[in-house]
Parts: sequence; structure tokens; C-alpha cells
Amino acid sequence: MNGTCQDNTVALWDAHASRKEAFEEIVKRHMKDAYLIALGLVGNREDALELSQEAFSRAYEHYDQLQSKGRFFPWFYQILRNLCFSHLRKRRVRRASSLDDTQCGCPEPEDRDCFDPEVVAERNEAKDRIWKAMSRLDDKHREVIILRHFRNMSYDEMAKVLFCNRGTVTSRLFYARQQLKEILEHQRGAPDACEAGEPEKGGQTL
Amino acid sequence: MTCQDHRDLMMAYLDNELNEEQRRAFEEHLAGCPDCTRELAQFRKLKQMTDSVAFVEPEDRVWDQYWGNVYNRIERCTGWILFSVAAIALLIYGGFAAIENIIADPTIGMLMKVGLLALLGGLAILFVSVLRERVFFWSRDRYRDVRR
Repeated sequence: MNGTCQDNTVALWDAHASRKEAFEEIVKRHMKDAYLIALGLVGNREDALELSQEAFSRAYEHYDQLQSKGRFFPWFYQILRNLCFSHLRKRRVRRASSLDDTQCGCPEPEDRDCFDPEVVAERNEAKDRIWKAMSRLDDKHREVIILRHFRNMSYDEMAKVLFCNRGTVTSRLFYARQQLKEILEHQRGAPDACEAGEPEKGGQTL
Repeated sequence: MTCQDHRDLMMAYLDNELNEEQRRAFEEHLAGCPDCTRELAQFRKLKQMTDSVAFVEPEDRVWDQYWGNVYNRIERCTGWILFSVAAIALLIYGGFAAIENIIADPTIGMLMKVGLLALLGGLAILFVSVLRERVFFWSRDRYRDVRR
């Protein structure tokens, strides 16, 4: 992920005679990041693929708006996150108005959204718990966790794509991790049944 | 500095995002603050757990077809825009032409002509009224951003 925010796509655009060819290269360069970020935000493969492709399609339509900004990914990220958040809102409205929660295919009706546990690689109980806890985070808090832990972005890169300063990134990460910690502790019930690991010193209760 | 101030540095410390001076200051604080030390240990454990989670990457086939799917969307979007603009323009033009023909046609009775004009006028008024009402309420809806 490192370097994603530094891409100067204007130069790339100028280097290609055809707009289509230039955009194809941009898409190929960023498609994995776009898909995996969308997957972290919306929680299942089909939606992540749809939304990331739709984001590229919208970016192509509005590419002229980017010219003055010079960098593609932070701008594109705004389109992607808005699409994902809007999708999540609609999904919640649909679920709230549906009398039968089982219709959405979630393994557990109390799950806040349709977050598919199968998207996690080399699954085990601990990873499933983390992923389930993440699905319960607020969208903005889940977002910073995804960018930091799953896409390995630095604070500066996160500040660029979120259009905020480092201080906001730091405090959002603090509250996200605090919330995640509380959800995990709440999920566990028992005070110290740490995930298949050795008991921690200093009263850790995760 | 209070523990709260140091908590703001804690995340950056955990993620190795502090400069040398900030890191030293934070470690000095940690040495004399068991609460922050305990909290840091909890966050470190959480970070380890979160870092251990990774997503399954889709098969190569998905990446091979990715650009094709994006391009199809772009193409379809352009197609829909052209189709919609042309359809609206043709409907408006055709509608006016039809009304003109009906009015100019001497074989159609006056009552029919007046009735048709009244029907179209009423439809236009209803459309504008509903549209205005929607825009008015939407712009003043305090709850429009509230999530259910």
C-alpha cells in the first residue's frame, strides 16, 4: 500500500494518447487496494467488487475534477468510501424494515451487517472474533482500522485520503481501538479467556 | 502533560509514528505511570490480534476481468445518458408536435381540444406541485441524515 497516495496520475494520463488506455492503467494499479478497502468497509466479496468497480466508473466520469488536485488515489478514495457508506446505510434501512432477518443470509440475526466471515484468510476463532467485532464498529472507526491494519497506511497517508490532519487520524484510531477493545471484552464475557495465547501480564483482558 | 495528553501519543507510539523526542518523552511518562503502561499493553495486544487478520484475495480470474467490467460500466453509463437525453428531447418535441397537429386539425371538435389541453395543463401543474413539495420538505428535513 505504501506509495499509493504518491501516484502522480496526471503524468500517467498525459503519457497515454487515449484516455481509455490511461484509465485502464490507473484501474490496474489501484484495483486491489480499492477492492480490499471496500471489502473491509462493507464486509462481503460481491458488494466490494461491485462498489469498487462502480467507484472507478464514477471516477472516469468525473476525472476532469481531479486535474487541479494532481493525485488520484485520495480523490478516488472519497468516491469509494462515499459509495460504501451509502451502501451500508441502505443495507441497514433494508434490514430494519425487513421483518425476517434471516433473508439477508447472515449467519446470526443480531449481526449488524452482512459481514461474511469467509473473507478472512486462514480463519480461526480469534480472527473470527476480531472480524465480528470490527463489523460492529462505527463506519468511520472501522475505516481507520482497515486503512491502518489491513492496508498498512502511514498516518500521513491516512490523513491524505481522509482529508484531515494527523491529529484527527490519531484520535480516530484511539477511539476505534478503544471501541474494538470494549466490543471484544463484551463478546468474551469471561474476564480472561485470551485467544489461544499465553496469559498476559499487567491485567490485560482482551 | 496529563495522562490524557499522553494517551493521544499512545496510538502514534504503538504504530511507530512518533519522532525520537516524542518517543523518549512518552517512554519517560510510561516509566512512572502504571495506568498508561497497562493501557498500552492492552492496545499492543489488540494491535497484534488485528494485524493477524488478513483478507482472502480473489482468484486471478477476478483481476483479469476487472478492467473489462469497469469499462462495461463506463460504456453503459455513457449509453444511458445518451439514451435518456435523446428520449426526453424526442418526447418533448413529439408531444408539442402532436398537440400542434391536434389543435390545427379541423376534424377534431373544440370540446376534445379543450379537454386535451386541460388534461395536459393539469398534469403539468400536478408534476410541478409534487416536485416543489418534495424539494421543500427534503431541504427542511432535520432527520434526513439520521440512520435507522
